[in-house]
Amino acid sequence: MSSADFAILAPEILLAVYAMLALLGAVYTRKDGLAPALVWITAILFVLVAAWIGLGGGGTDVAFNGLFIDDAFSRFGKVVVLLSAASILVMSQEYMARRGLLRFEYPVLVTLAAIGMMVMVSAGDLIALYMGLELQSLALYVVAALRRDSVKSTEAGLKYFVLGALSSGLLLYGASLTYGFAGTTLFSGIIEAAGEGTASLGLLFGLVFIAAGLAFKVSAAPFHMWTPDVYEGSPTPITAFFATAPKVAAMGLFARVVHDAFGGVVSDWTQIVALLSVASMFLGAVAAIGQTDIKRLMAYSSINHMGFALMGLASGTAFGVQAMLVYMAIYVTMNVGTFAFILTMEKDGVPVVRIDALNSYASREPTKALAVLVLMFSMAGVPPLVGFFGKFYVLSAAVQADMAWLAVLGVIASAIAAYYYLRIVYYMYFGEPSDALNGGRSPVLWGFLMASAAAMVLGVVNLFGVEGAAALAAQTLVN
Amino acid sequence: MIGIEHYLTVAAALFVIGIFGLFLNRKNVIIILMSVELMLLAVNINLVAFSAYLGDLVGQVFTLFVLTVAAAEAAIGLAILVCFFRNRGTIDVEDVNVMKG
Repeated sequence: MSSADFAILAPEILLAVYAMLALLGAVYTRKDGLAPALVWITAILFVLVAAWIGLGGGGTDVAFNGLFIDDAFSRFGKVVVLLSAASILVMSQEYMARRGLLRFEYPVLVTLAAIGMMVMVSAGDLIALYMGLELQSLALYVVAALRRDSVKSTEAGLKYFVLGALSSGLLLYGASLTYGFAGTTLFSGIIEAAGEGTASLGLLFGLVFIAAGLAFKVSAAPFHMWTPDVYEGSPTPITAFFATAPKVAAMGLFARVVHDAFGGVVSDWTQIVALLSVASMFLGAVAAIGQTDIKRLMAYSSINHMGFALMGLASGTAFGVQAMLVYMAIYVTMNVGTFAFILTMEKDGVPVVRIDALNSYASREPTKALAVLVLMFSMAGVPPLVGFFGKFYVLSAAVQADMAWLAVLGVIASAIAAYYYLRIVYYMYFGEPSDALNGGRSPVLWGFLMASAAAMVLGVVNLFGVEGAAALAAQTLVN
Repeated sequence: MIGIEHYLTVAAALFVIGIFGLFLNRKNVIIILMSVELMLLAVNINLVAFSAYLGDLVGQVFTLFVLTVAAAEAAIGLAILVCFFRNRGTIDVEDVNVMKG
């Protein structure tokens, strides 16, 4: 334990100290009166830390004898997590303030969750993995139930807690078996014990339990059942948060565990991941068709997207990890924009989540409707838009890894999923006249919606350089 | 002679009882919290048994972390449960059903 170790952890330590100071400061001064300022300070801090991590560069540093790894892969994950968390904080400000939800705990809990996510993508040891995951999960259970006086919000918190605790238990049981059969909790030791192509039965059991626990966290089918209820019940800004940063962190952790700890037995886990991928893609595509609540629809949509991201991972190659990272970055950008729009859906100040409320929206708000159309087309993977390139990336990763069957199933699932994205567009442009939505003219949300839609169009030029960063990140992970 | 297999068997049995408690129980959310605790304690038995068997202290350190996190988890679970009870007036598992689909 030396100052060099602490220097590597400096961003996490800075955020942790900030979270504690913010909590103390708010408790001893004006409590919730301080919340709007705290939200802004936290968001700005996130952006600064993301810039610090992203522009800092450097190679691979290992702290605390391998417990914590700072490499290009973790930096990519951290930058995406911090920027998306900052966007969600800024977006949620006005919505929550108007509904009396803006408590000072909110930015503090989001900061703690973000620290957990940063530890997750940097974990180099089963203990660090578990502590990061729990720090993230415990903070998220609380924010899901943030609207304390609402039956739906507390029920969402309760369901998330029970199923999250179950998944932590599964993951932990897998970690204990892995420790016992590998003799160490360090990923670098596990990969030696697992050997090349022949892991012992105990280690395989450990791998399966860990994969099941992580599949819960990324909400991959068949471990998805908490997702629709939690998305529906939580306040909308919190749903937006759930749909973005934690997904990136959990997917990063998944890639980290399978490649860093089980990289020698690729053929063993690719089958598990491919199964999760197919199940998620189809469940997300089929189950969303009957939904009438847009937040539930987004839940199934995210299950579907996680299936595609897992397809990149399932190919088991560096290119697959690169495809997964690019896909996650695109997914987060699309979701930030879509939720910026969902946050503006209201009638007389009351939030509306029914999809048929969008009827003939285009005749009243042509610009916003056009932006939503771009986002929906991008989510469906319609060619000239960025969402198509994300899907193209993971499909070509699967084909290159001799898993053409997986790519074919992916194309079929994306064709089914296109139906419900296009249905939203249909309602907006060809629906019966109605005035189910009015108001919702927040300039901040408008800005996020337009920026996200513009990114979907302009990104086709070079994906804003995400490709190169993702390639570098994947190369450091898979070797 | 009690060897590592015996400890692992007990831990596996406790873990499975915990999972069954979570899914089969239709009565009370508190029982779910107890089941979760049982699962985590089964993991702790595993870790300590492996630690003694391998002569390696890391497993016991891991156990202490798990115990701490389990306490925090129980606190948060009970807090959410109290909020839920205030809204619904019941903590029966069957009544956690406002959202379905």
